[in-house]
Amino acid sequence: MTKEECKQVVLDIIAEIAPDEDLSNISPDVRLRDQLDLDSMDFLDIVMELRKQYGIEVPEEDYPQLASLDSCAEYLTPKFKEVSA
Amino acid sequence: METDRGDRHFDTIIIGCGMAGLAAGIRLAMYDRKVLILEKHSIPGGLNSFYSIAGRKFDVGLHAVTNVVPPGHKGTPLPSLLRQLRIPRDAFDLNPQRSSRIAFPGADLRFTNSFGLLEEEVDRQFPGQIEAFRRFRKRILEASPGEGTGVSSRGILAESLPDPLLREMLLCPIMYYGASTAHDIDFSLFVTLWKSVFEEGFGRPLAGIRTIIRALLDRYREVGGTRRMKCGVRRILVDEGIACGVELEDGEELTADRIISTAGEPETRILCGAGEEDPAVQENIGRLAFAETISILSRQPEELGIKDTIVFFNDSPLFHYEQAASDIDLRSGVICCPNNYAYPEGTSLDEGILRVTTIASYENWTAYSQPDYEEAKERWFSRMVESALNFLPGVDPELIRSSTVFRDMFTPRTVRKYTGRLGGAIYGAGRKSPDGTTGVENLFLAGTDQGLLGIVGAMFSGVTIANRHVLMAGRK
Repeated sequence: MTKEECKQVVLDIIAEIAPDEDLSNISPDVRLRDQLDLDSMDFLDIVMELRKQYGIEVPEEDYPQLASLDSCAEYLTPKFKEVSA
Repeated sequence: METDRGDRHFDTIIIGCGMAGLAAGIRLAMYDRKVLILEKHSIPGGLNSFYSIAGRKFDVGLHAVTNVVPPGHKGTPLPSLLRQLRIPRDAFDLNPQRSSRIAFPGADLRFTNSFGLLEEEVDRQFPGQIEAFRRFRKRILEASPGEGTGVSSRGILAESLPDPLLREMLLCPIMYYGASTAHDIDFSLFVTLWKSVFEEGFGRPLAGIRTIIRALLDRYREVGGTRRMKCGVRRILVDEGIACGVELEDGEELTADRIISTAGEPETRILCGAGEEDPAVQENIGRLAFAETISILSRQPEELGIKDTIVFFNDSPLFHYEQAASDIDLRSGVICCPNNYAYPEGTSLDEGILRVTTIASYENWTAYSQPDYEEAKERWFSRMVESALNFLPGVDPELIRSSTVFRDMFTPRTVRKYTGRLGGAIYGAGRKSPDGTTGVENLFLAGTDQGLLGIVGAMFSGVTIANRHVLMAGRK
């Protein structure tokens, strides 16, 4: 999975969790929280969906790595490679 | 599938199929946990349930769903809850209130779901108080989560608002919609309730609480959760301080990695083996119990002059909210008219409904023999309605009497019977457990005794406890 694909996975999950948010103009380098109305419970759901849909585990201490789309891609791409290997 | 009797082990067992239990169950089943909800009663809903008599369905509990913000209004409990449960807002059918009132002798504060009206009313009726009122509101809005825990609201009110009548009036709806303690309330709870009542507002589904229960049950089933009704828990199995399962009233044993109890704090203690007379149980039983009359009217209440949605009333400048010394304390109460919500054009409730709630004595109502109980209900029904009508100026009591086609009443005895709440205490224990822990490992509290209040609060509590103690804790 490429970094771009990884970002799309995260966006798809957010669309599922928060169907009322407009995801058309997300800047990948800006914190998601600053662009969208997401709270800590929504971030928990991103983590839960990653586990449920892709078998990826994100330990609680790594939640800050999911702050922006860029940081998500940085952090998750190797994990996607691990699970598909 | 409603039951799953073949298998006796679950990731999580939830005790109680009310708002909190269902919300917790949905969260866990959504993320593939094997979860079972156990409910003693035959009808779901817990403290917010419904019942049928003579072809009519009555809500228990629900006057108003609080926390009702308009669609699109984010950052408050209701939208956050709906997201967590992935239930569309329309499924709850929340129609906003028309207008409510706090009625004391000589003053009358109206409020709606827009805060502006309350502010205007304070400005008009309490000359010189508006700046202090605005500063007090700012303090509430800026309070951080949990701020004011262990702090007296009366103390903060006294230092914030010079006019004693205004202080008493503002306390009245706050206490009536969630205080499990007499006379005063923890300021952290005051902040939560203030927001849910005054800042966010009241709403109601046209068909009452059943709409919300149905939406939760549908969602729970959709994500694969199971439940057993008429299935009481005799005890929680605890092994060396660790909860590991439950024994049902029929003797069957089920095991679980975690247990979430929505039965209440002292009630859960009893399930773990404590006796009802145990000091640790007794000292935390809520001492505030309520009675409610329900009058079914042959005409729409508005035609009879009842225009308000909810009226919080008190008969003197000092607000009375304490354990009742007699069967019923007529000095204060709440009037609710479920017809008076802004339902969509062309829809309305078929019949008029007038509900009156007052504080009642658990001891008195449970001590009556069955015939005396029926007789006392008959007697108090009229007195409760009459005292409430004093706070509905322009409404002719005789006209209400002659328009009443059916009546029912519930008392603390009814609450105990159907919800198992000790003391008939609908707002639960005096001391809450905000983090949901119980002192027993793997056993957590959700619902009323975790400290979140109202219908949205109870569901939010279930979500929070499921997230924190099960989903975030990872698999066993």
